[in-house]
Amino acid sequence: MVSAQIHIASKEILTALESVSDPEIPVLTVMDLGVVRRVEVVDGLVEVDLTPTYSGCPAMDTMAADITTALNKIGYEVKMKLVMSPAWTTDWISQEGRRKLEEYGVAAPMSEELDLQALMGGKRIVKCTHCQSVNTKMISQFGSTACKALFQCEDCLEPFDYFKCLK
Amino acid sequence: MKDQLYNYLLMLGDNSMILGHRLSELCGHGPALETDIALTNISLDLFGQVRGFFRYAAEVKGGEATEDSIAFLRYDREHYNCILVEQANVDFAHVIARQFFFDVFQELQLKQLVESKDEEIAAIAVKSLKETKYHLRFSSEWMKRLGDGTEESHERLQAAVDTLYPFTGEFFHETPLEKEMKENGIGVDLELIKTAFDETVSQIFVEATIKMPESKQRMVKGKYGIHSEQLGFILSDFQYMQRAYPNMEW
Repeated sequence: MVSAQIHIASKEILTALESVSDPEIPVLTVMDLGVVRRVEVVDGLVEVDLTPTYSGCPAMDTMAADITTALNKIGYEVKMKLVMSPAWTTDWISQEGRRKLEEYGVAAPMSEELDLQALMGGKRIVKCTHCQSVNTKMISQFGSTACKALFQCEDCLEPFDYFKCLK
Repeated sequence: MKDQLYNYLLMLGDNSMILGHRLSELCGHGPALETDIALTNISLDLFGQVRGFFRYAAEVKGGEATEDSIAFLRYDREHYNCILVEQANVDFAHVIARQFFFDVFQELQLKQLVESKDEEIAAIAVKSLKETKYHLRFSSEWMKRLGDGTEESHERLQAAVDTLYPFTGEFFHETPLEKEMKENGIGVDLELIKTAFDETVSQIFVEATIKMPESKQRMVKGKYGIHSEQLGFILSDFQYMQRAYPNMEW
């Protein structure tokens, strides 16, 4: 299995990357999302491999531009490459990222099996991010963005997003 | 070989591009907010697939070609999508039936392309397949809800299926280009796909209480660049910006 963790030697570069957030889920940084796949410094030029979450995700172009700006600011030229393989999976979202998602009001992705039961089987297992009840139902398989499904809690009646498992 | 690969990539991308455009027309017009959002999200995923294929096609072609020039500056005869995907939205039943037929086909096609000898195509397929599975779930669910729903939804879906099913034969018509790609281990075996397609479609038809249309498959030649009149209208809308203001950027 491909690991979500990548090694970044320079503390300075890592800090810069950690300052870049996903424009659609601003609490997550590109590092939390696991979309930065390789970072290497070659003669003052930083090579960055970026992988898309969903292939049509409009946030990717913004993230690429923001990463370039952040690294330019600390004096590096950037060579950005979009890599398709291995394909991104929600397993690459860091533990810290999952915690931040929940706090932000988006239920974090469950395992593939549970995800199927929730989205296709109508099982009430996705925890409401407002009141923690699992008495929730799916309203729509596609939410405000392609990566999320829309749920509603039947106890507190509030709607919330669920980040779908992508494997 | 380079030219063939380029044309094959166009063929793979064009279905998603034209269907993606058709779905984008529904933005703000979906029958309910949730379905509106779902359909436009599917459109977005399809355009993501197109970008994968066309970015690679531009690399193969070299020179001045970019994913944008390929998407926005080709004439109708240079598009190789199947006629099914350019059919009009008409009503929600038509949208769902068209989507369902395409999703079943596309999932099977991508499953084979994952094994393609061309690594870049395989990588795009792995990525797209994950998303297409969601699309297929969505459209199959709606096939069942409409077909086995009210009298009106059933009638409308049956009418949509009767009109659109005869276009699905084109998916499985193997062009010389596809034959060559298959033999080189790059493309897919359409005959295998057809068997699995028939199986899935009949099974969903049963659950949706939809009758298999008796009408014969149409002779259509979208894969050869010969289209219905619908494509011209789509392209005039789709390409308007680049034609009116060449090289403009968002």
